Amino acid sequence: MSPRSLHDPSPDGTVVVDHLSKSFGVVRAVDDLSFTVRPGRVTGFLGPNGAGKTTTLRMLLGLVRPSGGSATIGGRHYHELDHPARVVGAALEAASFHPGRTARDHLRVYAPQVGVPDTRCDEVLALVGLADVAGRRVGGFSLGMRQRLGLAATLLGDPRVLVLDEPANGLDPEGIAWLRAFLRHLAGEGRTVLVSSHVLSEVQQTVDDVVIIAHGRLVHASPLADLARLTTRTVRVSSPDVDGLARLVAERWPTLVVPAEGERPGSVTLQDVDAAQVGAAAFAARLEVHELAVREVGLEDVFLRLTGGGTAGPAGPAGDGGHVAAHRSAAPPGPTPPADTGEPGEPGRHAQPGGAA
Amino acid sequence: MRAALTTEFRKLVTTRLWWGLLLCMAVYMAFLGAGMAFFFTVDGADAAFTGMNGEPTGATLDATAIAMTVYTLAPALGYVFPVVVGALAVTGEFRHMTVTPTFLAEPRRSVVLGAKLLASLPLGLVFGLVGTLFTVLPGAAVLALRDQATALGDLETWRTIGLSVLVLAVWAMVGVGFGTVLTHQVAAIVTLLAFTQFVEPIARMLLGSSEVTAGLSKWLPGAAGESVTGASLYSSTGVAELLPWWQGLLVLVGYGLVMAAVGRVTTLRRDIT
Repeated sequence: MSPRSLHDPSPDGTVVVDHLSKSFGVVRAVDDLSFTVRPGRVTGFLGPNGAGKTTTLRMLLGLVRPSGGSATIGGRHYHELDHPARVVGAALEAASFHPGRTARDHLRVYAPQVGVPDTRCDEVLALVGLADVAGRRVGGFSLGMRQRLGLAATLLGDPRVLVLDEPANGLDPEGIAWLRAFLRHLAGEGRTVLVSSHVLSEVQQTVDDVVIIAHGRLVHASPLADLARLTTRTVRVSSPDVDGLARLVAERWPTLVVPAEGERPGSVTLQDVDAAQVGAAAFAARLEVHELAVREVGLEDVFLRLTGGGTAGPAGPAGDGGHVAAHRSAAPPGPTPPADTGEPGEPGRHAQPGGAA
Repeated sequence: MRAALTTEFRKLVTTRLWWGLLLCMAVYMAFLGAGMAFFFTVDGADAAFTGMNGEPTGATLDATAIAMTVYTLAPALGYVFPVVVGALAVTGEFRHMTVTPTFLAEPRRSVVLGAKLLASLPLGLVFGLVGTLFTVLPGAAVLALRDQATALGDLETWRTIGLSVLVLAVWAMVGVGFGTVLTHQVAAIVTLLAFTQFVEPIARMLLGSSEVTAGLSKWLPGAAGESVTGASLYSSTGVAELLPWWQGLLVLVGYGLVMAAVGRVTTLRRDIT
C-alpha cells in the first residue's frame, strides 16, 4: 500500500466544524453547524438525544459522509491524517466490542493499525483501571467497564485530540468523578477533549467550553462561564396601573428590564434585583402590585431553554412551560457569542470552572 | 498494509468462533469420509449410481476413483465451513458494531477489505488442512479395512489432497467477499447454507438435465471449487462435467473478488451510523 508520508506537519489539535450538514432522506440531522474546539480545554458538546451530536462526531471522524460543509482536525479531514488514531482517539458507543474478545485482545486487535506495540495495550488498561480484568471477555463487562475500555482504546495512540460520545453513560458517581479528573488531566496536558452529553449537569464540572445544539443547529457556543452568566434571578412585577409601572421602571431600573415574549402590558420582568427592592419601590410610589414573582434560572434551565427553543422564532415558550421564557437568553441564537471568541490562552477564560447551578 | 493484515488476522483468531467451526468441520468431515468410504464399498453400491438422471450414467467407480471421491469430500461438501468463517469476518464487524473502531483505525476502507481478503487465506489454509486431513485419514482407514486400494501411494493422490487444502483456503476468501455484499450476519449465514446445501446442488441437477444448459453448471461456485481437485462426488457420479483445475481456481477466486468489489462500492460506501 502507499506509504504514508513520514513528515506529518504535526497538525494542531484544533477541531473546526464548518457549515456542516447531513440529511438522512428528508430528515435534516445536522443543519449548517459551525463551531471550533480548542486544545487544552475540555469542550462539552451538548444537546438533547436526537439533536445530531453523534452524527456530527461521525462526520468529523469520516464515518458518515457530510451532505455539506466540512469537519477538520488541525485543518485536515480525518481520512487525510497519517495514522489517524495517533492524532484522534475516539470512542463513539459503549457497545463496539466483540463480546467474545478479552479486553486485552480488543486492544491488541487495533494496536498494529494504531501503530503502537502490544505492550501499550496493558499500559492503557492500567490507565483506566482495567488492568485486573485485562484477560476477561468483554461480554461479561458492565457498562461502566465498557466505557473505560472504550476510553482505553482512544488512548492507545496517545492522541492529541479525544472525541468521546456520552462517556459518562453507565458510570456510577465514583466513575463520573474519576472520568472528570481524568479528562481534566488530559486537557491539562494540552490535548483537545471533546465530550458529548445530553445532560449538562453531567459535564458542567468538567468542561471549559460548551457547544450546544438542538435539531441539528447550533444554539450556543461559549466558555461555560459565559453560559453561567445567563443564570440569573429575575423578578416579575405586574400592576393594573400600566403607566405607573412603566414610569417606575423607567425611573428606577431602566437597564434591568428583560425583554420577554408574550408579556402583557402591565407586566415587567427585571433582572439582578431583589423582590424586596421592587416591592419597596412600588410601595413608595403608591403603585398597586398584583404580582411580584421571583424566578430562579439555573444552568440546567438555561440549557433546557436553549435546546427546547432551538428553532427560535416567535413560536412561543419552551417545553418547560415558559416560566423562564422571559429571560434574555430566550432569544436564540442572537445573544450567543460564537465559540471562537474565546482565544486560546486567554487566562480569564479559565476563571470559572464549573457552573453556578 | 502489513499492520492492517496483522489487525485482521488477530480479529479472526481472538474469538472462539473459528476453532468452534474448525472442530465442527473436523467431526463432520471425519463422519463423511468414513461413511462415504463405507457406502462406496458395500456390495451393490454401483447400482446407486445408475439412473440418477433417468438414464444409466455408466459410472462404475474403480478403486482409485472411489478413493479420490472420498478424499475430495471436503471441497465438495465441507467448504461451507471456511466460507462461513470468511463471511463472519465481515458480518461480525457490523453485528457488533466493531466496524466503527475498525474504520477509525484505518479510514481507507479498501485497505481494510484487502486485508480481510488476504488475512482469511492463512486461516482458510488451517481449515483446508484440518478439513482435508479429517476426510482422508478416516476415509483411507475405512477403505483399508474393507481391503480397498487407498491410493495413498500415488503421487497424483497427494496432488489432489494438496489442491483440496488450497481450494478450501480460497473458499474462506470467497466468504469474505460474500460477507461484504451481505453484511447482515443472520441473513448471510442462512443464505450461505441455503445456497451451498440446496440451491446450487439442485441448480446443477436441473442445468445438467438439459443439453442447452449443461455447460453452465460448471461455472457455479461449488462446481468451480470441486473442479480444482479434479475428482468430485458430482462428476464421478456423472451429474456434470467440470472445468480444468486451474480454470476452476480462477473462477472461484473471481467469485470472491467480484463480490468483494461489489461490496466495496455498495455496503462499504455507506455511512457507518
